[in-house]
Amino acid sequence: MTEIFAAVISIAFHGLALAMVLYLISVGLSVTMGLMGFINLAHGVFAMVGGYAMTTLMSRAGVPFPLALAAGVAVAVVVSLILERLLYRRLYGGDELDQVLLTMGLVFMSVAAANYIWGPVSQPMLLPPLLSGHLDLGFREFPSYRSFLIVAGAILVTVLWLGLERTRFGAQIRAAVDNLRMAQSVGINTSRLFTLSFALGSGLAALGGGLGADIIPIDPNYALANLVYFLIVVSVGGLGSIRGPFVAALLLGTADTAFKYLVPELGAFFIYALTMAVLLWRPRGLFGLSR
Amino acid sequence: MRFEKFAAVVAALAGVALAAGTPAPAQTIKIGLINSNTGFLAQAGDLMDKGISLYIKTHEKELPPGVKVELIRRDDAAAPEVGKRVAQELITRDHVQFLLGIVGSPIAAAVAPLTAEAKIPLVITNAAGVAIPRISPYVARVSFTLWQQAYPLGKWAAQKGWKKAYTAVSDFIPGHDAEGAFTKAFTDAGGQIVGAVRFPTTNPDFVPFVQRVKDASPDALFIFVPAQGQATAMMKAIKDIKLREAGITVLSTQDLVPEEELPNMGDTPVDLITSGIYSVAGQRPANAAFLAAWNAEYGDRAIPDFLSADGWDGAAAVLDVIKQTKGKFDGDQAMAILKGWKHESPRGPIMIDPDTRDIIQNVYMRRTQMKDGKLANVEFDTIPNVKDPWKELNPPK
Amino acid sequence: MKGAEAPGTRVAMRAAFGRRQRFRVLEALPWLVAIAAYFVFDSYLALGAQILATILFALSVDLVLGYAGIITLGHAAFFGVGAYTAGVLAANGWGEPLSGLLAAALVAGVLGIASGAIILRTTGLTLLMQTLVVATMLLEAANKATRITGGADGLQGMDVWSIFGVFRFDLFGRTAYLYCLAVLFLCWLLARRIVHSPFGLALNGIRENVARMHAIGSPVGRRRLIVYAISAALAGIAGALIAQTTQFVGLGVLSLERSGSVLIMLIIGGVGQLYGAFIGVPLYMIAQDRFSAIDPVYWYFWIGLFMVLLVVFARGGVLGTIERLRRRRS
Repeated sequence: MTEIFAAVISIAFHGLALAMVLYLISVGLSVTMGLMGFINLAHGVFAMVGGYAMTTLMSRAGVPFPLALAAGVAVAVVVSLILERLLYRRLYGGDELDQVLLTMGLVFMSVAAANYIWGPVSQPMLLPPLLSGHLDLGFREFPSYRSFLIVAGAILVTVLWLGLERTRFGAQIRAAVDNLRMAQSVGINTSRLFTLSFALGSGLAALGGGLGADIIPIDPNYALANLVYFLIVVSVGGLGSIRGPFVAALLLGTADTAFKYLVPELGAFFIYALTMAVLLWRPRGLFGLSR
Repeated sequence: MRFEKFAAVVAALAGVALAAGTPAPAQTIKIGLINSNTGFLAQAGDLMDKGISLYIKTHEKELPPGVKVELIRRDDAAAPEVGKRVAQELITRDHVQFLLGIVGSPIAAAVAPLTAEAKIPLVITNAAGVAIPRISPYVARVSFTLWQQAYPLGKWAAQKGWKKAYTAVSDFIPGHDAEGAFTKAFTDAGGQIVGAVRFPTTNPDFVPFVQRVKDASPDALFIFVPAQGQATAMMKAIKDIKLREAGITVLSTQDLVPEEELPNMGDTPVDLITSGIYSVAGQRPANAAFLAAWNAEYGDRAIPDFLSADGWDGAAAVLDVIKQTKGKFDGDQAMAILKGWKHESPRGPIMIDPDTRDIIQNVYMRRTQMKDGKLANVEFDTIPNVKDPWKELNPPK
Repeated sequence: MKGAEAPGTRVAMRAAFGRRQRFRVLEALPWLVAIAAYFVFDSYLALGAQILATILFALSVDLVLGYAGIITLGHAAFFGVGAYTAGVLAANGWGEPLSGLLAAALVAGVLGIASGAIILRTTGLTLLMQTLVVATMLLEAANKATRITGGADGLQGMDVWSIFGVFRFDLFGRTAYLYCLAVLFLCWLLARRIVHSPFGLALNGIRENVARMHAIGSPVGRRRLIVYAISAALAGIAGALIAQTTQFVGLGVLSLERSGSVLIMLIIGGVGQLYGAFIGVPLYMIAQDRFSAIDPVYWYFWIGLFMVLLVVFARGGVLGTIERLRRRRS
């Protein structure tokens, strides 16, 4: 009995940590796709950029963890702003296939560029001593860093949700996702909104990528290898929703961990079967808006 | 009169000999290097390439005069169908006389039949699948098989008195080989395998698997992961779950502690026991020469490991064939030289078995220790001249 | 309702469709180029055969994407199932190539009907995800079914017999090239027929404005399913071609990379114009081959850059750009 209990605790814990990382990375994609209707398959690139910047600063320049993380986010935001102005802007409301081609091209370039600059090795994530080691909660020990991930993730999620509910910016986003034309006609500068929310989404992705570098290693193939997971979180959660991807990430994170623990021989098969089942049940995603 | 005739004959003979010995135009032997430059084996491919290129660069001058080698590199993208196509093009389009390399076993298995059809020799410098040399008589391997390393380890573990073992391997040919070898040796010696898990080859997070092992409480855990990034991820999981603190001994082949990843592992691997065929810390003249050449060429931009040493030896085999035949050979002649080929490698003495065309070499038991502030795999026991156990236990029908 | 048209109208309509189906001289161009390539590039025939098979694959995607408006990131499911069907047959004693093709088409087509019946009721991102999920589930299944598929190591031991007992698959790829060319030609005729038929027009309507098609009583669901199944069968044939000509099947035939790259090749050539595949596929695959020979590590960068520039300067792919330039001139 205690074995089953121990197993459940393990799965819940590790699944929650993975879920936090997946959510932070994917929530930006949900907003971008729901708000701008833009299929951004290169979303993982911003998470990767944040991860690379952070790990490089930490290992080459000895920059402390919080600062390196913030720097990673800043770099990703700048890159996203440049890309948005130069390239993405041209394709708003345009043909989805062009968006696919553009963003896949960017992904390919990022794979090669990362390979060129950092080599094919996955980046070492040297945890700050404060967060390494274990947390003893009496009945069980938990790895400190994953505990930190869960707590930090929960705080960030709360801040994000409050920001969406309580701020003017959040209200504008919600309005524009709901009905773009109406939002424009009441005077919301949707062009600026797009830019800012794209930057926000990319920054969050970089935050997730950096925090999660321990769980999802940073290597040149990052954007491609994890694309399917991000897309699953977004589609199961529901486009344009902020809460939806959270539930989806929880489902995906715990299911992935549970299957690896209980039936590793079956691999990720059940994850995909689960995704298909959910999407058949709720084609717009769990929290998707039914227009 | 007779002396002049004699002198004339000698002069004529000398002239003929000279003319035959000096090839008029320079001869270039093309070698096709099939490597993984993209995909999940890319890091391994890079290290192997460096070993091969380094040997050719430092030993090119030993080639007969007028004979040069040209290395044509192609990428197999870690995909067997691409590797097969690339091999086909190297043979039919570039007219290579040798195929060299190949990181991944599935790719080597796909390429092997082509060597038989075209009668072009393939010298494998990594791919470890046990049955691959049997696919074609034109395949020789200088690297290793997982049975060579895991079988002695299983025996050693049983002798140490551990009774219950758990195996955890990557789900592809080398992983299956390692699992099979360890299991056979361990159970034959009286041990019991209490659990076995195979994880998918592209796996970001080992923690749930390691947790499962910890909850099963075996005496020892045998692991196999493809070296490089996954080795570090696995060590991290072992540390996070505090597996060794729970009294479970971790055993593996050299792939868990490759030298280029050791700096990323902190002090987790200290006192880890592994079996392997090459360690940078190995004390022998051939290794000293190899490391000197490496440091001169790559400095600290790259750390060598078994992949580089195997690449170095593979290039040596090819160059030796060229030297012995003075650059004129066909597939059969090359294979005749490769069978029974002996060499003093950075790993120790190696030989290509004339019967199986696979490698015979020393296998070392190593302990990972701190030496001069850095981690090193220190060899403490040698099992000499190990033939591939799988082929011994499974003779061809 | 049905007999209400005047006979004259019926005749006029048939003449109009007949005109659409007439062969234009320009349509012979790809075939002439392919035949010329056989002689001119005779050391590149292995690559050529793979290009031809991939053109068929891209053509199948064009049917559902360009004509029925279904964006799919999982067409490798049908390609891979076809490849494994032909492969498993050849590895287990039945190496006859043509029957292998038919078997592949059948299996893939059935899979198309089955999966289409379940997932085609959705649209947009959800449909995209469903196609992706189907392909990935098949990939996982193939990975695990090692005894049948060889798992991650690939299907070994394929023995493909000669075509008609005469033409052996040789090392240089000559037989493979002509085999793929012939099969592509026949499938292209079929695709062309579909596209220019009333059925094809209906598909156009479904792509352009589904609501209106529903309103006029057109059986949208059934039509989409039919074209999906036909496309699946064609993709299966393409997969079988690759399997038979390389005598190997690896897990890559079911991968997201395969689905994604064929989509990209088609977009580069131009979607919905039947010939996008013939332009995009050779362009991409030859560029990939040349780039990776020059720079085995960083060719990805140049392909990516090419794609980005294409979107910025030549939207609609090659054919789309040509169409735009033509319209601007007239």
